[in-house]
Amino acid sequence: MIELQALTKRYGEHVVVDRLSLRVGRGEVIVLLGTSGCGKTTTLKMINRLVEPSNGSVRIDGVDVGALPAHELRRQIGYVFQGVGLFPHMTVFENISVTPTLLGWTAERIRRRVDELLDLVELDPAVMRDRRPSELSGGQQQRVGVARALASEPNVMLLDEPFGALDPLTREQLQQSFARIRTQLSMTAIFVTHDLVEALFLGDRIVVMRDGCLVQVGTPRELMVHPVDEFVERMFGTPKRQAQLLNDLLDPGEHS
Amino acid sequence: MSEQLALLPAYLTGHVQLTLVALLLGTIISVPVGIVATRVRWLEQVVLGAAGIIQTVPSLALLAIMVPVLAAIQVQSIGYLPAIIGLTLYSTLPILRNTVIGIAGVDPAYTEAAKGVGMTRGQQLWWVELPLAMPVIVGGLRTSTVWVVGMATLSTPVGATSLGNYIFSGLQTRNYTAVMVGSVAAALLAQLLDGLVRVLEEGVRFRRRRLVAAALVALSALYLFAGVTLARQFIGDDDSERIVIGSKAYTEQYILSEIISGQVTSETGLSTTAIQSLGSTVAFDALRSGDLDVYVDYSGTIWATILRREATTENRGQILGEVERALTADYGVHVVGALGFENTYALAMRSADVQTLRLKRISDLVPHASRLVLGGDYEFFGRPEWVSLQKRYGLSFERELTMDPALMYQAVAQRDVDVIAAFSTDGRVAAFGLTMLEDDRNVIPPYDAVILVSDRLVRDQPRVVTALEGLVGAIDVDLMRAMNLTVDEVGRTPRSVAEEFLAGRSATDARDR
Repeated sequence: MIELQALTKRYGEHVVVDRLSLRVGRGEVIVLLGTSGCGKTTTLKMINRLVEPSNGSVRIDGVDVGALPAHELRRQIGYVFQGVGLFPHMTVFENISVTPTLLGWTAERIRRRVDELLDLVELDPAVMRDRRPSELSGGQQQRVGVARALASEPNVMLLDEPFGALDPLTREQLQQSFARIRTQLSMTAIFVTHDLVEALFLGDRIVVMRDGCLVQVGTPRELMVHPVDEFVERMFGTPKRQAQLLNDLLDPGEHS
Repeated sequence: MSEQLALLPAYLTGHVQLTLVALLLGTIISVPVGIVATRVRWLEQVVLGAAGIIQTVPSLALLAIMVPVLAAIQVQSIGYLPAIIGLTLYSTLPILRNTVIGIAGVDPAYTEAAKGVGMTRGQQLWWVELPLAMPVIVGGLRTSTVWVVGMATLSTPVGATSLGNYIFSGLQTRNYTAVMVGSVAAALLAQLLDGLVRVLEEGVRFRRRRLVAAALVALSALYLFAGVTLARQFIGDDDSERIVIGSKAYTEQYILSEIISGQVTSETGLSTTAIQSLGSTVAFDALRSGDLDVYVDYSGTIWATILRREATTENRGQILGEVERALTADYGVHVVGALGFENTYALAMRSADVQTLRLKRISDLVPHASRLVLGGDYEFFGRPEWVSLQKRYGLSFERELTMDPALMYQAVAQRDVDVIAAFSTDGRVAAFGLTMLEDDRNVIPPYDAVILVSDRLVRDQPRVVTALEGLVGAIDVDLMRAMNLTVDEVGRTPRSVAEEFLAGRSATDARDR
């Protein structure tokens, strides 16, 4: 379980995240949704201390994240980076095995774990293990990114717009894989995106953010049906309007 | 050619020792300092600035300056040590700069990812930043490699044997085969080392185990070779038994050092080492500090440059006596005796001009000087004799050109200059049709060639001093001129001329007995 308590980040006078409080239950996937610059990535990075908060606290299973040295904390939290973030000088195997190696796992255990993870993200271990990131497609790279984040069997996963840079078809495949994996592992995760459809598809609950503040939290259905304000209403109206547009294109006679 | 190639093992060994050790030290210093500089912001400018300043010091000067610096702290001031320090300093900038640039240039996405997967600061450096910066750092190392191999040829004047020995002595004795051999060997060595570093880096980057192994084996072999030969030099032989003979950088000095070497070996059976092509005061300082045991200098040079005395009316014998006394009393250096000839600076001109202008003495030259160009060797225009010549005669030339003594005679014969500050023992004065003007005001002191020995030699090896006494009065000015000309114009090596001289003497000795 993750608890954010009045979490705040200021750079000088500029407030990036403003007193954000949130509880994420065990096995729940929360999506942070908002336009770029709304503070969603900063919020995510404060959870594994890639960014240190100015005020407020983060607790995971009741323990303050400040209690451990940052590098030890991060080894217990899976993190999938925006873009890719795979180390270009390492093979797929080495990328995935980084955190287990840091944790001192035996070579045999690491080898088994990497093959298991490659199977999980639907990559053939025999083919992929020794490739370099530059020899993979964008979708394959991000599958490896997910595998790397899962490597040390973390209790919590943080994903920062992981599929943002992929083409729509590949993105959809990865979203489906992720949906399957999260069910399979009953994963607790916080997922950052600006893509509403992705949020609706993957989130148990969605947190809408604007200008560093939490605007509304709720299930996709609650947000669609009871938006708190015009901003949320317009945001969640977008797919309906797009669906309408598609309908019009397919059936031009209806309105004439 | 074969004579030159016979010297290759010794010179190449020296060169390999210098470059390999300097590059290793340079890397060991620069990479960590570069890493620290990327961590501590203000340090970056300081460190790069300092390395930049070192780099702008002309390379020969950087080496030369090590001599007085090391002498001041009382450690070996000529030979391997000053060269290795100078070369190491010189090698740092490219490695340092590329380390800083390489690490700073790592995409922040990767360093953040490194943090994100749970690496500590040190792990980020070892696992991510250094491997990603490696091609850039190795690029710097390769630049340093080529620079240091080239610059190591300049170690010769500070007394470290290198391929520069070919180049310096070849230029002085007009032996261009030697210059070629030295240059080509240095170029090939640079190519070889650069290639090995490149192969090693590519092997590591593309994980080609065989390439890495091959490059490592080759490099280790070279380092092993350098290490073993160095160890043998420093530990293997007993220092006190080996007589170190110095020479400055011109033909006469090469010949005399070979004569001394031959004399010492044949009379005492001791082995000798030659440190050739030294700067003039470098040689004297080395003798004082005991890094050298013996070399030949000239009474007038010591009078003017070391003792800082003014021009004088005292005669040749008085000056010699005073030099002998002052050196022993104030410098702990001993004069074994005079070889029997003078090698003085003399203003020389084309004989045709001397006749046309009706010149005989330097005083006669004064009214014409403003239309004439004077050439002198590297030291001449910085020497007190030149100051005295100007002051006492009121001499003022149109221009003064500094050039290599080997080229001076040709320059005046070809009318590139009109007057030169010639060496009176140089056979080329006569060979090129030049006439020397008389120093009618006795401004230039007498320059008796004298054998100087270190305090250590007098104390520990009196029989060497006895052997050297055998050379006192043995060479007159005509003989010296003839020997110089044999090297400079006939193209014989200083060693063969020296051997011939010694063989001739022992033949005479045998007859006399």
